[in-house]
Amino acid sequence: MPANLSLETSIQLDIQKIRADFPILQTQVYGKPLVYLDNAATTQKPKLVLDAIQDYYTQYNSNVHRGVHFLSQKATAAYEDARKKVTAFINAKHAHEVIFTRGTTDGINLVASSFGRKFLEKGDSIVISAIEHHSNIVPWQMICEERGASIKVIPVNEKGELVLDTLDELLDDKVKLVAVTYISNTLGTINPVKEIVARAHQQNIPVLVDAAQAAPHLPLDVQDLDVDFMAFSAHKMYGPTGFGALYGKEEWLNQIPPYQGGGDMIKSVSFKKTTYNELPLKFEAGTPSIAEGIAFGAAIDYINSIGLPNIQEAESQLYAYAVDALSTIEELRFIGEAHNRAASISFLVGDAHPFDIGEILDKQGIAVRTGHHCTEPIMQYFNIPGTVRASIAIYNTTEEIDKLVTGIKKAVTLLS
Amino acid sequence: MTIDERQDQIIEDFALFDDWMDKYEYIIQLGKELPIIDEKYKTEENIIKGCQSKVWLHADYEGGKLIFTADSDAIITKGLVSMVVQVLSGQTPQDIVKANLYFMNEIGLQNHLSPTRSNGLLAMLKQIKLYALAYQTQTMNAS
Repeated sequence: MPANLSLETSIQLDIQKIRADFPILQTQVYGKPLVYLDNAATTQKPKLVLDAIQDYYTQYNSNVHRGVHFLSQKATAAYEDARKKVTAFINAKHAHEVIFTRGTTDGINLVASSFGRKFLEKGDSIVISAIEHHSNIVPWQMICEERGASIKVIPVNEKGELVLDTLDELLDDKVKLVAVTYISNTLGTINPVKEIVARAHQQNIPVLVDAAQAAPHLPLDVQDLDVDFMAFSAHKMYGPTGFGALYGKEEWLNQIPPYQGGGDMIKSVSFKKTTYNELPLKFEAGTPSIAEGIAFGAAIDYINSIGLPNIQEAESQLYAYAVDALSTIEELRFIGEAHNRAASISFLVGDAHPFDIGEILDKQGIAVRTGHHCTEPIMQYFNIPGTVRASIAIYNTTEEIDKLVTGIKKAVTLLS
Repeated sequence: MTIDERQDQIIEDFALFDDWMDKYEYIIQLGKELPIIDEKYKTEENIIKGCQSKVWLHADYEGGKLIFTADSDAIITKGLVSMVVQVLSGQTPQDIVKANLYFMNEIGLQNHLSPTRSNGLLAMLKQIKLYALAYQTQTMNAS
């Protein structure tokens, strides 16, 4: 990555050139050019990533970490190379602090299960926030129920910002871990993760960050943030589905037990005793998704080729453009107006059901998300059935935002 | 009118429209015209499971016929519900049980419906058939 390009440097990315890297962006929906604004759900894939998958299966398909033969060594090298790319991408101290998972949800479940079994006792609690995705709620509820522990929630204000005044109060000596999202998938709120980590660490409480929405949009530096665990998914970063990474500080990963048994996670097995493998393999049971892992590496290469600071700048300009453009629609109200926002914009139009708006946009070739976005608690807080969510990626353009605005206006006419 | 006559009527109506905008406008209109379900029937147990938007369905049995009323919080869904109610409400349980509903396919809507919508619609049809089956069994036992 280019050394900290300052945000003031106005770099004009050639978005048309970037768009050409994504074959699917040339497709049409109902005879109209696809306007894909559902990137918080999953991003489209550049040719580089698609080729990586194809090359693996056509040129060196083989299992990893075991074979002595040529193909297996080549596959292992490529797979482990991806781990090095992820390590550098998040500035982890060691490659063995990067555990490959099936995605963010899998990573959070790993920590909830392993950390919970080791450290959670009756009467303990886990602190999460009111704007978490279900993936960062349910795994904690499950382990808390099992261990007799409970969940405490950092509240949110009407703008969709966390009310951190209450944090120190929440962080008593029964709290064993704090788990928060970096960027809200629903509201776009960017949480002050570094501050949350610092305040939790004052009480010696570790912090897990759900970086699913942050990883494609913000430069991540686990050492600077000083997070203890961080989970993210390849498919939201222009990579394949079913793959992701969990970062954990070595000291924590060494202390917590394996998550699942079998395959790569053992050192030796007898019927009396099994010794577990070293990090990271201790947490990687079974044959992994090899092609996806290698393609994840390619996705990171792709992001690096543009540069995350450049992506961040281009996207924040587009985000501001979108907020301005959507504000021209009289009937529209934003759900979530945090001062610090990125990537996702949620809104409602008049008293129209989000589903109706989404369906009429779809017929115009515009893909947005509707519903509760797997964040039901925040919908309950705002007392709404769901929102319409437009979420951007590096290949989106101001013209597409204009089409969204026109599309919404059309929906308003049709529905009124 | 029989169930099939009502279906054919809807198919005929839809044949007038060329583009999806008009079709949707018509569906939305139908949604607005749908006789609203009595508020007291908008209960948890009357909600059709499988709809992303909420659909409430209530059945009354009058003079050997089943009368359906329904509502939805999403207007397009309400329009679809309205068509189903138009076709099936006021028919005998026997006719509803054996009804073959082809109008959805015929008006080309099935292709345009998102899977969540089609699933919701199927869930609703299933619920209607269950009501009909229950009343059919009841009347058979009574006779």
